[in-house]
Amino acid sequence: MIIRIMGQGQFDVKSSLFDDLNTIDNEIVEYVQKGNEKEYQKSLAKLIGLILSEGKRLPDEELIESSVIVPPSDMTLEEARQVFRGAGIFKD
Amino acid sequence: MGLLNRMGTVISAKMNKIIGGMEDPRETLDYSYEKQLDLLQNVKRGVAEVTTSKKRLQLQRAKLVQNSEKLGEQAREAVQANREDLARLALERKNAITSQITGLDQEIATLEAEQEKLVAAEKRLSTKIEIFRSRKETIKAQYSAAEAQVRISESVSGISEEMADVGMSIERAESKTEDMKARSAALDELIETGTLVDFTAKEDDIERELAAISGKGKIESELARLKSEAGK
Repeated sequence: MIIRIMGQGQFDVKSSLFDDLNTIDNEIVEYVQKGNEKEYQKSLAKLIGLILSEGKRLPDEELIESSVIVPPSDMTLEEARQVFRGAGIFKD
Repeated sequence: MGLLNRMGTVISAKMNKIIGGMEDPRETLDYSYEKQLDLLQNVKRGVAEVTTSKKRLQLQRAKLVQNSEKLGEQAREAVQANREDLARLALERKNAITSQITGLDQEIATLEAEQEKLVAAEKRLSTKIEIFRSRKETIKAQYSAAEAQVRISESVSGISEEMADVGMSIERAESKTEDMKARSAALDELIETGTLVDFTAKEDDIERELAAISGKGKIESELARLKSEAGK
Protein backbone atom coordinates (compact mmCIF):
# COMPACT_ATOMS: atom_id res chain seq x y z
CA MET A 1 0.00 0.00 0.00
CA ILE A 2 1.07 3.55 -0.62
CA ILE A 3 1.56 5.80 2.40
CA ARG A 4 2.23 9.51 2.32
CA ILE A 5 4.17 11.07 5.17
CA MET A 6 3.26 14.73 4.96
CA GLY A 7 6.27 16.78 3.98
CA GLN A 8 8.37 13.72 3.16
CA GLY A 9 6.77 12.10 0.13
CA GLN A 10 5.24 8.70 -0.55
CA PHE A 11 6.35 5.22 0.48
CA ASP A 12 5.40 1.77 -0.71
CA VAL A 13 4.79 -0.39 2.35
CA LYS A 14 3.75 -4.06 2.68
CA SER A 15 0.08 -4.36 3.59
CA SER A 16 1.06 -6.65 6.48
CA LEU A 17 2.36 -3.56 8.26
CA PHE A 18 -1.14 -2.13 8.48
CA ASP A 19 -1.95 -3.74 11.85
CA ASP A 20 1.21 -2.38 13.46
CA LEU A 21 0.48 1.07 12.15
CA ASN A 22 -3.05 0.81 13.41
CA THR A 23 -1.85 -0.10 16.89
CA ILE A 24 0.42 2.95 17.02
CA ASP A 25 -2.39 5.09 15.63
CA ASN A 26 -4.59 3.99 18.54
CA GLU A 27 -1.83 4.91 20.99
CA ILE A 28 -1.66 8.34 19.42
CA VAL A 29 -5.40 8.83 19.83
CA GLU A 30 -5.10 7.90 23.50
CA TYR A 31 -2.21 10.31 24.15
CA VAL A 32 -3.95 13.13 22.36
CA GLN A 33 -7.04 12.56 24.51
CA LYS A 34 -4.94 12.52 27.67
CA GLY A 35 -2.96 15.53 26.53
CA ASN A 36 0.33 13.65 26.98
CA GLU A 37 2.58 15.60 24.62
CA LYS A 38 5.74 13.61 25.30
CA GLU A 39 4.24 10.18 24.65
CA TYR A 40 2.30 11.53 21.70
CA GLN A 41 5.54 12.77 20.11
CA LYS A 42 7.19 9.41 20.82
CA SER A 43 4.36 7.46 19.17
CA LEU A 44 4.29 9.73 16.15
CA ALA A 45 8.05 9.33 15.75
CA LYS A 46 7.66 5.54 16.09
CA LEU A 47 4.93 5.50 13.43
CA ILE A 48 7.01 7.50 10.99
CA GLY A 49 10.17 5.55 11.81
CA LEU A 50 8.41 2.28 11.04
CA ILE A 51 7.25 3.49 7.63
CA LEU A 52 10.67 4.87 6.79
CA SER A 53 12.46 1.67 7.76
CA GLU A 54 9.97 -0.78 6.21
CA GLY A 55 8.82 1.20 3.21
CA LYS A 56 10.37 1.92 -0.13
CA ARG A 57 10.38 5.53 -1.22
CA LEU A 58 8.35 6.14 -4.36
CA PRO A 59 10.16 8.04 -7.09
CA ASP A 60 9.04 11.67 -7.54
CA GLU A 61 7.81 10.78 -11.02
CA GLU A 62 4.88 8.74 -9.65
CA LEU A 63 1.44 10.30 -9.68
CA ILE A 64 -0.60 8.01 -7.44
CA GLU A 65 -3.00 8.61 -4.62
CA SER A 66 -2.02 7.18 -1.22
CA SER A 67 -4.17 4.89 0.90
CA VAL A 68 -2.87 6.32 4.15
CA ILE A 69 -1.86 9.88 5.07
CA VAL A 70 0.54 10.33 7.98
CA PRO A 71 0.84 13.77 9.56
CA PRO A 72 4.14 15.65 9.49
CA SER A 73 6.73 14.53 12.04
CA ASP A 74 6.68 17.90 13.83
CA MET A 75 2.92 18.14 14.24
CA THR A 76 2.21 19.29 17.78
CA LEU A 77 -0.36 17.77 20.09
CA GLU A 78 -2.42 20.92 19.79
CA GLU A 79 -2.44 20.62 16.01
CA ALA A 80 -3.43 16.94 16.30
CA ARG A 81 -6.32 18.00 18.55
CA GLN A 82 -7.49 20.42 15.90
CA VAL A 83 -7.39 17.66 13.30
CA PHE A 84 -9.61 15.51 15.55
CA ARG A 85 -11.97 18.39 16.11
CA GLY A 86 -12.28 18.62 12.36
CA ALA A 87 -11.33 22.26 12.63
CA GLY A 88 -8.33 21.57 10.41
CA ILE A 89 -4.93 22.97 11.20
CA PHE A 90 -4.65 24.24 7.72
CA LYS A 91 -6.33 27.08 6.00
CA ASP A 92 -8.69 26.16 3.18
CA MET B 1 -11.45 7.20 14.44
CA GLY B 2 -7.66 7.33 14.35
CA LEU B 3 -5.41 10.22 13.52
CA LEU B 4 -4.49 8.64 10.18
CA ASN B 5 -8.14 8.46 9.12
CA ARG B 6 -8.63 12.04 10.13
CA MET B 7 -5.57 13.16 8.22
CA GLY B 8 -6.96 11.34 5.17
CA THR B 9 -10.19 13.32 5.50
CA VAL B 10 -8.32 16.60 5.86
CA ILE B 11 -6.29 15.92 2.75
CA SER B 12 -9.30 14.72 0.71
CA ALA B 13 -11.14 17.91 1.53
CA LYS B 14 -8.15 19.92 0.42
CA MET B 15 -7.81 17.87 -2.77
CA ASN B 16 -11.46 18.42 -3.67
CA LYS B 17 -10.91 22.13 -3.37
CA ILE B 18 -7.85 21.92 -5.59
CA ILE B 19 -9.59 19.86 -8.28
CA GLY B 20 -12.63 22.09 -8.28
CA GLY B 21 -15.81 21.47 -10.22
CA MET B 22 -14.81 21.36 -13.86
CA GLU B 23 -17.46 19.95 -16.21
CA ASP B 24 -15.21 18.85 -19.03
CA PRO B 25 -12.50 16.45 -17.82
CA ARG B 26 -10.01 17.84 -20.32
CA GLU B 27 -10.57 21.27 -18.87
CA THR B 28 -9.74 19.80 -15.47
CA LEU B 29 -6.30 18.90 -16.77
CA ASP B 30 -5.47 22.45 -17.83
CA TYR B 31 -7.01 23.96 -14.73
CA SER B 32 -5.02 21.64 -12.48
CA TYR B 33 -1.84 22.38 -14.39
CA GLU B 34 -2.30 26.13 -13.88
CA LYS B 35 -2.80 25.60 -10.18
CA GLN B 36 0.32 23.45 -10.03
CA LEU B 37 2.41 26.21 -11.55
CA ASP B 38 0.95 28.71 -9.06
CA LEU B 39 1.79 26.43 -6.19
CA LEU B 40 5.33 25.97 -7.46
CA GLN B 41 5.75 29.75 -7.39
CA ASN B 42 4.43 29.78 -3.83
CA VAL B 43 6.95 27.18 -2.72
CA LYS B 44 9.72 29.23 -4.25
CA ARG B 45 8.50 32.33 -2.43
CA GLY B 46 8.29 30.29 0.77
CA VAL B 47 11.90 29.17 0.40
CA ALA B 48 13.00 32.78 -0.14
CA GLU B 49 11.04 33.96 2.88
CA VAL B 50 12.48 31.35 5.21
CA THR B 51 15.99 32.03 3.92
CA THR B 52 15.61 35.77 4.57
CA SER B 53 14.38 35.19 8.11
CA LYS B 54 17.23 32.82 8.80
CA LYS B 55 19.77 35.34 7.55
CA ARG B 56 18.27 37.98 9.78
CA LEU B 57 18.62 35.76 12.83
CA GLN B 58 22.19 34.92 11.89
CA LEU B 59 22.97 38.61 11.70
CA GLN B 60 21.47 39.22 15.11
CA ARG B 61 23.45 36.35 16.46
CA ALA B 62 26.67 37.84 15.13
CA LYS B 63 25.80 41.16 16.80
CA LEU B 64 25.12 39.47 20.09
CA VAL B 65 28.39 37.58 19.96
CA GLN B 66 30.14 40.91 19.41
CA ASN B 67 28.30 42.47 22.36
CA SER B 68 29.17 39.53 24.52
CA GLU B 69 32.87 39.78 23.68
CA LYS B 70 32.79 43.50 24.40
CA LEU B 71 31.16 42.96 27.78
CA GLY B 72 33.79 40.33 28.63
CA GLU B 73 36.47 42.85 27.81
CA GLN B 74 34.74 45.52 29.89
CA ALA B 75 34.52 43.15 32.84
CA ARG B 76 38.25 42.50 32.60
CA GLU B 77 39.00 46.24 32.53
CA ALA B 78 36.67 46.86 35.46
CA VAL B 79 38.49 44.26 37.55
CA GLN B 80 41.83 45.83 36.72
CA ALA B 81 40.41 49.17 37.83
CA ASN B 82 39.21 47.61 41.07
CA ARG B 83 35.57 48.11 40.12
CA GLU B 84 34.12 44.75 41.05
CA ASP B 85 30.59 46.20 40.96
CA LEU B 86 30.96 47.19 37.32
CA ALA B 87 32.61 43.91 36.45
CA ARG B 88 29.70 42.03 37.99
CA LEU B 89 27.20 44.10 36.02
CA ALA B 90 29.04 43.46 32.77
CA LEU B 91 29.20 39.73 33.46
CA GLU B 92 25.50 39.63 34.28
CA ARG B 93 24.71 41.20 30.93
CA LYS B 94 27.11 38.90 29.19
CA ASN B 95 25.37 35.95 30.76
CA ALA B 96 21.96 37.17 29.59
CA ILE B 97 23.32 37.57 26.07
CA THR B 98 24.72 34.06 26.11
CA SER B 99 21.28 32.67 26.80
CA GLN B 100 19.85 34.77 23.96
CA ILE B 101 22.46 33.31 21.65
CA THR B 102 21.46 29.78 22.65
CA GLY B 103 17.82 30.64 21.92
CA LEU B 104 18.75 32.04 18.53
CA ASP B 105 20.74 28.92 17.70
CA GLN B 106 17.61 26.85 18.20
CA GLU B 107 15.52 29.15 16.05
CA ILE B 108 18.11 29.19 13.30
CA ALA B 109 18.14 25.38 13.36
CA THR B 110 14.34 25.30 13.08
CA LEU B 111 14.35 27.62 10.08
CA GLU B 112 17.17 25.61 8.53
CA ALA B 113 14.99 22.49 8.79
CA GLU B 114 12.00 24.31 7.28
CA GLN B 115 14.17 25.54 4.45
CA GLU B 116 15.37 22.01 3.68
CA LYS B 117 11.81 20.68 3.75
CA LEU B 118 10.56 23.31 1.34
CA VAL B 119 13.48 22.85 -1.03
CA ALA B 120 12.75 19.11 -1.11
CA ALA B 121 9.05 19.83 -1.64
CA GLU B 122 9.87 22.14 -4.52
CA LYS B 123 11.95 19.46 -6.16
CA ARG B 124 9.28 16.78 -5.76
CA LEU B 125 6.55 19.05 -7.01
CA SER B 126 8.40 20.28 -10.05
CA THR B 127 9.22 16.71 -11.12
CA LYS B 128 5.57 15.74 -10.73
CA ILE B 129 4.38 18.77 -12.65
CA GLU B 130 6.67 17.89 -15.52
CA ILE B 131 5.31 14.32 -15.61
CA PHE B 132 1.77 15.65 -15.37
CA ARG B 133 2.31 18.06 -18.23
CA SER B 134 3.46 15.38 -20.65
CA ARG B 135 0.75 12.97 -19.51
CA LYS B 136 -1.83 15.69 -19.94
CA GLU B 137 -0.92 16.17 -23.59
CA THR B 138 -0.95 12.41 -24.24
CA ILE B 139 -4.36 12.02 -22.65
CA LYS B 140 -5.77 14.88 -24.65
CA ALA B 141 -4.38 13.56 -27.91
CA GLN B 142 -4.86 9.82 -27.66
CA TYR B 143 -7.82 8.80 -25.62
CA SER B 144 -11.54 8.63 -26.17
CA ALA B 145 -13.68 10.63 -23.79
CA ALA B 146 -14.49 7.66 -21.55
CA GLU B 147 -10.91 6.44 -21.28
CA ALA B 148 -9.67 9.96 -20.82
CA GLN B 149 -12.00 10.43 -17.87
CA VAL B 150 -10.37 7.55 -15.99
CA ARG B 151 -6.83 8.59 -16.79
CA ILE B 152 -7.51 12.19 -15.97
CA SER B 153 -8.96 11.38 -12.62
CA GLU B 154 -5.95 9.18 -11.75
CA SER B 155 -3.37 11.76 -12.70
CA VAL B 156 -5.25 14.66 -11.19
CA SER B 157 -5.80 12.85 -7.87
CA GLY B 158 -2.16 11.81 -7.67
CA ILE B 159 -0.85 15.31 -8.14
CA SER B 160 -3.58 16.99 -6.09
CA GLU B 161 -2.51 14.99 -3.07
CA GLU B 162 1.03 16.25 -3.53
CA MET B 163 -0.34 19.78 -3.91
CA ALA B 164 -2.31 19.50 -0.69
CA ASP B 165 0.83 18.30 1.06
CA VAL B 166 3.04 21.05 -0.35
CA GLY B 167 0.40 23.69 0.37
CA MET B 168 0.39 22.62 3.97
CA SER B 169 4.17 22.62 4.25
CA ILE B 170 4.20 26.21 3.01
CA GLU B 171 1.56 27.28 5.54
CA ARG B 172 3.39 25.68 8.43
CA ALA B 173 6.73 27.17 7.39
CA GLU B 174 5.05 30.57 7.08
CA SER B 175 3.54 30.38 10.52
CA LYS B 176 6.89 29.40 12.05
CA THR B 177 8.60 32.24 10.21
CA GLU B 178 5.93 34.69 11.43
CA ASP B 179 6.45 33.66 15.05
CA MET B 180 10.16 34.21 14.73
CA LYS B 181 9.80 37.52 12.94
CA ALA B 182 7.94 38.97 15.90
CA ARG B 183 10.54 37.78 18.36
CA SER B 184 13.34 38.85 16.09
CA ALA B 185 11.89 42.38 15.93
CA ALA B 186 11.71 42.49 19.72
CA LEU B 187 15.31 41.34 19.88
CA ASP B 188 16.40 44.12 17.54
CA GLU B 189 14.85 46.61 19.88
CA LEU B 190 16.61 45.10 22.83
CA ILE B 191 19.95 45.02 21.09
CA GLU B 192 19.54 48.73 20.39
CA THR B 193 18.41 49.81 23.84
CA GLY B 194 20.94 47.52 25.46
CA THR B 195 18.47 46.24 28.00
CA LEU B 196 18.68 42.54 27.59
CA VAL B 197 16.18 40.46 29.44
CA ASP B 198 15.38 36.92 28.53
CA PHE B 199 12.11 37.44 26.72
CA THR B 200 12.28 34.31 24.57
CA ALA B 201 12.16 32.06 27.59
CA LYS B 202 9.01 30.03 28.02
CA GLU B 203 10.26 28.55 31.29
CA ASP B 204 8.35 28.63 34.55
CA ASP B 205 9.37 30.40 37.77
CA ILE B 206 11.33 27.48 39.18
CA GLU B 207 13.34 27.07 36.01
CA ARG B 208 13.99 30.80 35.99
CA GLU B 209 15.25 30.74 39.53
CA LEU B 210 17.44 27.74 38.85
CA ALA B 211 18.84 29.52 35.82
CA ALA B 212 19.47 32.61 37.94
CA ILE B 213 21.36 30.55 40.51
CA SER B 214 23.51 28.83 37.91
CA GLY B 215 24.00 32.20 36.21
CA LYS B 216 25.14 33.68 39.49
CA GLY B 217 27.60 30.84 39.97
CA LYS B 218 28.95 31.40 36.48
CA ILE B 219 29.30 35.12 37.07
CA GLU B 220 31.12 34.64 40.39
CA SER B 221 33.55 32.10 38.97
CA GLU B 222 34.17 34.27 35.91
CA LEU B 223 34.78 37.21 38.22
CA ALA B 224 37.20 35.19 40.31
CA ARG B 225 39.04 34.12 37.17
CA LEU B 226 39.35 37.71 35.96
CA LYS B 227 40.60 38.79 39.37
CA SER B 228 43.29 36.15 39.54
CA GLU B 229 44.33 37.03 35.98
CA ALA B 230 44.66 40.64 37.04
CA GLY B 231 46.62 39.50 40.09
CA LYS B 232 44.11 40.97 42.55
